Amino acid sequence: MECRAMMRPLLATCRRKPGALITRAGIRRASDNWASGPAQKPASDFVHFPGALKSQFTSTMKFRNPTEETAMPTYRIMDADGNIVDNSRDPQSASDEEILGWYHNMLTVSIFDLIMFDAQRQGRVSFYMVSAGEEGIAVGSASALTPDDVCYLQYREQGVMVQRGFTLKEMMNQLFANKDDYGKGRNMPVHYGSGKLNVHTISSPLATQIPQASGAAYALKMQRLINPNTPERVVACYFGEGAASEGDFHAALNIAATKACPIVFVCRNNGFAISTASIEQYKGDGIASRGLGYGIDTIRVDGNDIFAVREVMREARKRALEGDCKPVLVEAMSYRVSHHSTSDDSFAYRAKREVEEWKRRDNPITRLRKWMENKGIWNEEKETEARAAIRKQVLQEFSAAEKLKKPAIREMFEDVYEKMTPEAMQQMKDLKRMIEKYPKEYDVAMYEGGVKSLD
Amino acid sequence: MISCARHLCETLKTRSAPSRAYATAGDAGKRRLNLPVDFGKSPLLHHTSATFQNVPDLPQHGKTTKLNLYQAVNAGLRAALKEDNKVLCFGEDVAFGGVFRCTMNLQSEFGPDRVFNTPITEQGIVGAAIGMAAEGAKPVVEIQFADYVFPAFDQIVNEASKFRYREGATGANLAGMVLRMPCGGVGHGALYHTQSPESLFCHIPGFKVVVPRSPTQAKGLLLASILESQDPVIFMEPKILYRAAVEEVPDELYTLPLGKAEVLKTGSDLTMISYGRPLYTCMAAIEAVEKASPGLSVELIDLRTIFPWDRQTVLESVKKTGRAMVVHESMVNYGVGSELAASIQEAAFLHLKAPIKRLGGWTTHTGLAWEKFIFPDTTRIYDGVLELMDY
Repeated sequence: MECRAMMRPLLATCRRKPGALITRAGIRRASDNWASGPAQKPASDFVHFPGALKSQFTSTMKFRNPTEETAMPTYRIMDADGNIVDNSRDPQSASDEEILGWYHNMLTVSIFDLIMFDAQRQGRVSFYMVSAGEEGIAVGSASALTPDDVCYLQYREQGVMVQRGFTLKEMMNQLFANKDDYGKGRNMPVHYGSGKLNVHTISSPLATQIPQASGAAYALKMQRLINPNTPERVVACYFGEGAASEGDFHAALNIAATKACPIVFVCRNNGFAISTASIEQYKGDGIASRGLGYGIDTIRVDGNDIFAVREVMREARKRALEGDCKPVLVEAMSYRVSHHSTSDDSFAYRAKREVEEWKRRDNPITRLRKWMENKGIWNEEKETEARAAIRKQVLQEFSAAEKLKKPAIREMFEDVYEKMTPEAMQQMKDLKRMIEKYPKEYDVAMYEGGVKSLD
Repeated sequence: MISCARHLCETLKTRSAPSRAYATAGDAGKRRLNLPVDFGKSPLLHHTSATFQNVPDLPQHGKTTKLNLYQAVNAGLRAALKEDNKVLCFGEDVAFGGVFRCTMNLQSEFGPDRVFNTPITEQGIVGAAIGMAAEGAKPVVEIQFADYVFPAFDQIVNEASKFRYREGATGANLAGMVLRMPCGGVGHGALYHTQSPESLFCHIPGFKVVVPRSPTQAKGLLLASILESQDPVIFMEPKILYRAAVEEVPDELYTLPLGKAEVLKTGSDLTMISYGRPLYTCMAAIEAVEKASPGLSVELIDLRTIFPWDRQTVLESVKKTGRAMVVHESMVNYGVGSELAASIQEAAFLHLKAPIKRLGGWTTHTGLAWEKFIFPDTTRIYDGVLELMDY
């Protein structure tokens, strides 16, 4: 701090001049902080410490105790029976056709999950993670985004992929790590990504995507500053309540707030991080209470209510783009009905009864189904038909993807750098020599192009 | 993370030698080898533009200005910001010019949207840079000291390094992302203002790792990293050279190739390979040893890019001389020298007349009182040459 204080007089000479970009007038920017406000007046009841500009003096010594605060309420539009409780928000910001589409997408994710979970159990894919109970958060939030918006996911957001148009074929290619997988067979199953859908490839390290998303949002804002004709875009960044304990969460929200980034953070609070219940994850009022601490507009929403999630996301997106842009935090509450992954048996740490209770009592799919049935646009017959059709389609894509060859062996060395290094080229030759010298030791037939790809 | 290295530097200078708390050397009057480097006369710097012709890719004509290393970094950043409006420059205390003055006046020239301060969070800075680069921006970020890059290691190792690879056919990559960080010893930086973690970055494929030794290099290599490299770059600036190394630098925008070493001095008996600050010590040792043993000639190579490194230039030289020595400040074991020594041994075994010598920092931390003993000095390099020649 001393260094900075020393430099202050210099700054008078380097105040902001019109630069390469035209800056909007009247907006307080972080870099304007040097010109801090006027000195405090005598007998003022306000403190002008630079670290807390609007703090009033008090002669009452009171420690704020979080347990004395009421928990942030959970916003909902529709109750567990599919009845609308908030008539001020029109769930019909979408047409019946669109709503039927969301239902179809949630159902698809749920059926896909069941089939792939079993496929892993049979050893046909190496790993899988279902998103049962959280289909509403994913599909509902994604329905409020434009195709141009950029998404960063954690891994339990299959519904975002499906809602954005990722096909069953594309999903299966990723899971089977075959030659048509966009990730070229390099990532574990469920690590989806799509350039054309503006979804960055999922990576396993938790929360790393959150500061990346803040940076991406800043880049989108800059694109509009450079060229105002660029369409308005936000970043949607998804993560679980467990990931929010990582340092990257803190870094990301703080940067997004201080740099006014157009981003919507969507926290899926499903109560568990593998075996760790949220009671062991944090002591405060969930994730939402932290948003305010960073100076971020925050809301908690019922994640089993797809209408509420969608409307909250629509509003969050709008706010994120207002004025100089700003981040918004959405904490979507749900319950992880499923095991954490195919490598987890969740009954080792929670009662089966509790899970069954949640499955029966509340579920985003059945809730929307009840609403649709009340409205007369859905019935048992349509349900049976849709389930059978989806199941058939999933199985078709399953066997098609399973039959495709693995990516060329060469792809193992490609894309580390833009151009393969001489070292990597030598290693590729070494590998080829080994395979040719000991042909019985290596099965290359299943890889596109066999050993020839190493030429 | 806070540093007051510069401030320390100012106050400590005024104290008398006997009371100083940092590293000492023997009686200056009696020393023959461990003398201070005279940067004003070093043949490793372009004191006039006439010597530009010795360096391929340096512009031969056009105006030049005498700049030190921080001014050259500043000139490089300015040229990049001017050349491409996708370039963004940020980090801790970057807005007022940076604690080492590298970003001086850039905010006033290019505005606070493109040159700005971040909260103190290295993982956030690198994470945000990844996201920006993924959307086509060119973030050139500063980690205030290389010693403080470790909170960002997850973002560097697991995210940025693997980004292009895992994105595969989606085509997303981090071209234009550059992580700048001051590195190396400064005489009194102790544990957290002296580190050179380059070999840690080299153990993870995906980044190019660059260390310039001089102002012309700093500008040319930095501009290549920002404007030309299709891969992310870690750009390590030896902070002891920020003010010490002064030379003529072309005013125009130019780039120097990444992945290409520079032969600084040709020789026939031994190949010495180094990068950054120790090159000056190497040169001093070579001058002393060649003077003491007439007829002996040492070839000196500046690696410039540590990874992926220029195997061809190094191997050709060692095949010619038959002896090799690698010199760096960072710890000797598992250091850059280990990788080079192993690679040379594999590729030039029959040409070798002596074991390959690695000279690096001892296997310890940089305790304040002993910095001069820890890094390879002129005497150790001098002795190493004699040892290899006598083998």
